[in-house]
Amino acid sequence: MALTLIPFAAPTGGAASFGTALQESDMTKKMILAIAMATPLMIALPAAADGDHRAKAIAVIKKDFQPRGQASLDRLAEDGLQAVCNRSGNKPPKYIADKMEADQMAGVKYPADGKLMGDWKEGEKIAQSGRGFTWTDNPGLPVGGNCYNCHQIAPKETSFGTIGPSLYQFGKLRGNTAEIQKYTYGKIWNAKAFNLCSEMPRFGHAGALNEKQVKDLVALLLDPESPVNK
Amino acid sequence: MKQNFIGALCALAVMGGAFAQTPKKPAAKPAAKAAAAPAAEATDAATLEFEKFRAEMEDSNPAELFEMKGQEQWKTKRGPKNVSLAESCDLGQGVGKVDGAYVKMPRYFADADAVMDAERRIVWCMVEKQGFKFDDIAKKPFQVENDSSAPDITNLVTYVATHSRNTKIDVPLNDPKVREAYEVGKEIAAYRAGPYDFSCNTCHGADGKRIRMQNLPNLSTPQGAIKGVQGWPGYRMTGGVMLTHQWRMGDCFRQQRFPQPKYASDAVTYLLTYMIGTANGQVYKGPGIKR
Amino acid sequence: MADPMKIRAQMKGDVAEIRILMSHAMETGQRKDAAGANVPAHFIQTITVDVGGKRVIDGQTGTSISRNPVFGFKMKGAKAGDKVVVNWVDNKGEKRTDEAAVA
Repeated sequence: MALTLIPFAAPTGGAASFGTALQESDMTKKMILAIAMATPLMIALPAAADGDHRAKAIAVIKKDFQPRGQASLDRLAEDGLQAVCNRSGNKPPKYIADKMEADQMAGVKYPADGKLMGDWKEGEKIAQSGRGFTWTDNPGLPVGGNCYNCHQIAPKETSFGTIGPSLYQFGKLRGNTAEIQKYTYGKIWNAKAFNLCSEMPRFGHAGALNEKQVKDLVALLLDPESPVNK
Repeated sequence: MKQNFIGALCALAVMGGAFAQTPKKPAAKPAAKAAAAPAAEATDAATLEFEKFRAEMEDSNPAELFEMKGQEQWKTKRGPKNVSLAESCDLGQGVGKVDGAYVKMPRYFADADAVMDAERRIVWCMVEKQGFKFDDIAKKPFQVENDSSAPDITNLVTYVATHSRNTKIDVPLNDPKVREAYEVGKEIAAYRAGPYDFSCNTCHGADGKRIRMQNLPNLSTPQGAIKGVQGWPGYRMTGGVMLTHQWRMGDCFRQQRFPQPKYASDAVTYLLTYMIGTANGQVYKGPGIKR
Repeated sequence: MADPMKIRAQMKGDVAEIRILMSHAMETGQRKDAAGANVPAHFIQTITVDVGGKRVIDGQTGTSISRNPVFGFKMKGAKAGDKVVVNWVDNKGEKRTDEAAVA
């Protein structure tokens, strides 16, 4: 029996619109049917997102938010990646994750000069700053990395969060090769290129951090002189 | 039908492994355990001292000042209709009855044909029974640092909440309309969007997490949910302001880089139904106090 | 008159535990408002506490005390039923007096 796997969501660049709930559930049905038929070994299926309640939630969100400051209403529309992660309870089927991670990776902008490490002292300042993108933030000011909100990084900073893993001795444990630098840069630019539904924001992709800022963060993590690696 | 279909598939499904967090590409495998494993809950000396201070302060929580004002406002004839809330407002336990009312909301109110949380219901009473205008209340519903006093609604919420202190949370989830609100709220909590792909669950979906040194209750469990719920309404010592649960929902969305939820809207009520409903059976010890 | 205080006074053995919660902005004069201007100083300057007709505290307070302050102290020589009278005056001349009985 020939089956076509129907694409689950719009490509990553596009913004999905509201009110496509019915369409989504048809596609979801087909997709699930396709998986069931094509893969004898059952994989973990998205039980998490209940279609009807999710559709209602999207409708309620659409009607009950108002723009404020720089936080405009278009922020509420899921992009393709968010839709996949939301619908699958952050556990998308592997073949979808693989494809979409590759899409995300294709969008990572590596520095044209090929230098991926900047100044770790600047990196520490960026990691400390939680500023940016909220409706109380000044859109003209640089956005911070927010890093300490979720991670342990340099040992002197004891006020760190635990939403993400510790990054202490990040470079010491991995070395400082070109490959590791590329991985680190890519991860900060777009964590979803490595783990589709990661909790970590896509700082470069979202326009939060620029190339210089990401280089400085890479240095914070990988420079042997950085306190992270002492 | 779709639900049953998925259900059947899931019954057959072999549970795949948890999605790997480690990177796929680099050759050098990082040590699985980092050099220093950070303590999950913030239990350092500073936090413990603060907890002691907080326990002392709870005995004389400045929230009581707002409760006193709220009590007066509840009993006074006010608004264009010159009626008191004590004689006109039914919070679900009978007209004027405040004991135990806060912990039994959100609930469905037939006269409004809506599921409402405590703050929203009191606002409804102020509008429908006393004749105040919703837009006037919604224009400035929360106290800010420069205000010498809190809005009326904050005082009233504090008064009503105080009368549920040491009572078990009892959101009527058996009511189909409340259950529906709960399920939709649960989906809202899971909805990742915005430039950082944040949902409520990003911060509040697991045990033992904190942001900087602020412990994050896991709102998907009763034990975690009550930690979130009983802080509200709460007196925040920074800035000396009294803040409500509605306020907190809005400020979370701000930090998620979302736009702002409309005051006392369904989006907020459904989220509160999910959060407070999850805490059913746990004892409410609010109003709270915060740093 | 300014907002009322909340006074709690309780005998624990032969010691009276007294807690006073005051409603006051307690502005130091250093804080800047949203527009960048200094919020003028507005703080309690004197507090007196009388228990059972006797003055037990006569204090001067300054700008280091936070908004909506709580004052707590213990004393001997009081008994249940004694009246606790608290009075404060701030730098603008506003004042407030409240009382409660020792439980």
